[in-house]
Amino acid sequence: MAEKEKLCLSGSGLTKVFGFGRTRTVAVDHVDFDFHEGEVVSIVGESGSGKTTLAKMLLGLISITEGEICFQGKKRDIRTQKKKREYWKNIQAIFQDPYSSYNIFNRIDAVLLDCIRMRVGRKLPHAKRIEMMAEACSFVNLKFEELTNKYPFELSGGQMQRLMIARIFLLKPKILLADEPTSMIDACSRATILDMLMQLRDEIGMTVVFITHDIGLAYYVSDVVYIMEHGKFVESGSADDVILHPKETYTRRLIRDVPKIHEVWDLSTV
Amino acid sequence: MKHTIRQVFRSGKFLLGFIIFLALLLITIFYPLIIKDAPLAIIGRGTFFPPGIYVNVYDSIGSPQYTLMLDDAAANRIASKLSNDDRLAMRDWLVADGIPENQIDINNTKALLDQWENNYDPKKQVEGMTLAKQRYYLRLNTSLQGLLSTEGAIIAANNPQSGALEESDSVAQTDYVNIKEVPNVRVLPLGTDNFGRDVLTELVSALATSLKIGFVAGTVATLIGLVLGLLAGYVGGLMDDIIMFFTNLFTVIPGFVLLILISFSIGQEHRGAFTIAVVIGFTSWVWTTRAVRAQVISLRNRDHVNLSKLSGHSVVHIIVADILPYIASYVVMAFILQISFGILAEAGLSILGLGPKTTEVPTLGLMMKWAMIYQAQILGKWWAYLPVVVTIALITFSMNLMNTGLDQVFNPELRD
Amino acid sequence: MSNVTLEVRELTTKYITRFRENVYAVDHVSLKVEEGKSLGISGESGCGKSTLALSLMGYYFAPLHYTSGEIIIDGRNITGMDPDDIRKSILGTEISYIPQSAMNALNPTQKVIHFIEDVFQAHDPCKTKKEIHEFAKEAFEALGLPAEVLQRYPVELSGGMKQRTVIAVSVVLSPRVLIADEPSSALDVTSQKMVIKMLKSLMENCIIKSMIFITHELPLLYNVTDDIMVMYAGQIVEKATAKEAVFDPLHPYARGLMGSIIVPESGLRDVKLAAIPGVPPNLKNPPAGCQFSERCKYVQPECMVRSIDLREVGAGRAYRCIFSEEQLREAYKNG
Repeated sequence: MAEKEKLCLSGSGLTKVFGFGRTRTVAVDHVDFDFHEGEVVSIVGESGSGKTTLAKMLLGLISITEGEICFQGKKRDIRTQKKKREYWKNIQAIFQDPYSSYNIFNRIDAVLLDCIRMRVGRKLPHAKRIEMMAEACSFVNLKFEELTNKYPFELSGGQMQRLMIARIFLLKPKILLADEPTSMIDACSRATILDMLMQLRDEIGMTVVFITHDIGLAYYVSDVVYIMEHGKFVESGSADDVILHPKETYTRRLIRDVPKIHEVWDLSTV
Repeated sequence: MKHTIRQVFRSGKFLLGFIIFLALLLITIFYPLIIKDAPLAIIGRGTFFPPGIYVNVYDSIGSPQYTLMLDDAAANRIASKLSNDDRLAMRDWLVADGIPENQIDINNTKALLDQWENNYDPKKQVEGMTLAKQRYYLRLNTSLQGLLSTEGAIIAANNPQSGALEESDSVAQTDYVNIKEVPNVRVLPLGTDNFGRDVLTELVSALATSLKIGFVAGTVATLIGLVLGLLAGYVGGLMDDIIMFFTNLFTVIPGFVLLILISFSIGQEHRGAFTIAVVIGFTSWVWTTRAVRAQVISLRNRDHVNLSKLSGHSVVHIIVADILPYIASYVVMAFILQISFGILAEAGLSILGLGPKTTEVPTLGLMMKWAMIYQAQILGKWWAYLPVVVTIALITFSMNLMNTGLDQVFNPELRD
Repeated sequence: MSNVTLEVRELTTKYITRFRENVYAVDHVSLKVEEGKSLGISGESGCGKSTLALSLMGYYFAPLHYTSGEIIIDGRNITGMDPDDIRKSILGTEISYIPQSAMNALNPTQKVIHFIEDVFQAHDPCKTKKEIHEFAKEAFEALGLPAEVLQRYPVELSGGMKQRTVIAVSVVLSPRVLIADEPSSALDVTSQKMVIKMLKSLMENCIIKSMIFITHELPLLYNVTDDIMVMYAGQIVEKATAKEAVFDPLHPYARGLMGSIIVPESGLRDVKLAAIPGVPPNLKNPPAGCQFSERCKYVQPECMVRSIDLREVGAGRAYRCIFSEEQLREAYKNG
């Protein structure tokens, strides 16, 4: 049996409150979690459940109202810009809409060059940089010579999302947050994206956290599943446990209400 | 970028506005090269000379004279002295005198004049005629003397030795001069203003000044609006609160009133065109700030901004590289509107007498002010104010057209 | 032989772009829907399914233009009818269309009952307000919607409720065919289920005679419709019953599509999801020959030369490929 895996990212009592007085909303409500190294985790929730807010807190893009985040066992400290940059060498993200992830005024090379700069600094010779970019592109089945000097609108959605994965390949973070990475991609290209992410996980032992509303996707790809409702984690466990033997009412309802193919989709229970 | 520019110039509205604006700009550049007079030089003694070609009478006497036999020369001469109203008045008098109406043909000048000469008697009392009317008929009669004669005029000069008036030259009714041979001819397409200044030259110079003022005011206002909007929108928090506090302050205080107060307190001495422009800029940045801030707030949560942050870029870099290009089109449109506003604001200030110093440069507003003070509109001297009004309208119209054209390019949903 | 409610023969419609290019978004599409049956149309973004939905009503407005083909509703040929006539006599009464995010059709400043009054005023002006209110109440209750919704403003209703309201209103005049374009995509899972239940009850209670359901989510079609049609680049590439389409697709693209379905069922973790490299062709410059040839695993030189016709194999089943059924099954067996 494998020994206890190392903790990558964990949180306790994580809370985010927006506004005050009458407009006070609790987006994330005292959430606890433990993500281990090399694990594939899914956070499943419908829109409005607070999963995107949680992702932004984990990334350090918004502040935390209450609670603690620990990275690799130590309390996370990102109070200065320098410390934030160090943190972001270890945690990265892929977003839902490939089109809006790019600055439309820059060529796509800029995205990859930024990563190289972040990882290795500015002193790298030009040739070495091209080599690194070409390697990253070939990992995601894209030809660097075809893409270089192009603008984002000249690529397809699938290509842009794969380029985002190439970016992750360059950065090699310890943990990746993928916010609905395939919801805007054609069904036929979905498997490609998921396969690439899994390949990355296998090569560098990266923890992958999927944030999604698609419980089928969560079941297909993850080891551990967290179900989120109204800012709280209502259920968590291994994928098989949560999906095939759900305990909580909300989880049961969620799974029951998704259309099925091999099992019966009972319309009367609505 | 190239593609955008191509699209912009394909837009009909933008093109039209741009052409008008460019035409005005070129006029301000090339006109002074042709006509090198100082715009504020007073060239006319007297007020409001009407537009026209002014020929020096003294020089035309000395110029070579040509005889031209033109059929309508006599009729033109009589018509200029005898207007239609005069003819009707003559007929009225003759009818009152007892001559049947059907015998009077006002269009037959000779016959009318004959009838008049035979029947007019200043001592005859016509019923119901006022004293003023009597005097009018008297004057009319005098001016008619010699109307039909074909004699010319005689020019006499003082003999320096004898002191008596001697005939030096004669001018026949058929003598003409060629304007090109008269040394002193001045075309005043728009006449002169109340001081006697050439309106057209003044107008072109005023246009140049107003454009400069508008440009400076627009730049100042847009820059302030841009910087404040970016900071307030992106940084948020306390900075946003402080900037919004000042913005709201400037919103509540009417900009124009503020402008008047500042202008007044600067004093006549220090009010140059450039100063006024800067002052206008400093009081009209509110709208741009709000607009930029709104745009930035909607942009700062975009994915590419978050990705930039995750790539370790600094705040300044993100604002300049990830936010600024996205609002650039908006800022350009705001800039155009601010220029337009600056020109109008200066015109407004100048009409009130709080604009740039009146003795330095003319501005469009100043010209209107003088026209107003000297009651040009009441006296019917349209050339003193109408061209100015049309020019202001053209500038703002062309700028708004350009703006609408740009809007359609940058916001495709607005295309028809 | 049961009644055919809607029949379409070789319908072709095109978009004319600003640069005067012709984009044939619907390319010689033929379909038949029988009374009491529902048809599902599936495909990925850009395949032409939404354009097909618009074209089926015969209600064209620039830049969409009719090119050729026929549309027959209940025996009545409506091809080439004047748009005004279509609006008065076809829309709402014969065919009803629910676009994506139909819930946004509700005027936020008016109560739901006003929306219904509007519909009746346009089509059946003889009814008095009281009659309309009564009718609406009955119709809503029959469809499982609480009658109090009628007196609410749209902002007070949830997304699922709004969508169901609009669907209910679109069938008040008892149209023969209901065309629903992604009726539940913007909703959460539970609301989605409620919408689907409502659509099924419309069919079961014979309020509508036939339904055409357009979506990219295949599990929905499998559970709702009798037949499934797969579209690619404006053409139909597969036509079959729901079960056949999902479990035994013939066309390579349909096969890839079915192979990439994800449902939370046991056994999902053991299969490998199918992936098809490449992107659909640009319809401004469609390739010669088969539209799918650039991405097909089994492509032959012949595929890129001539255009391929639909091949019929048995009752109502068809697919568009040069290979025969046996050849394809053999190829799939070998991987």
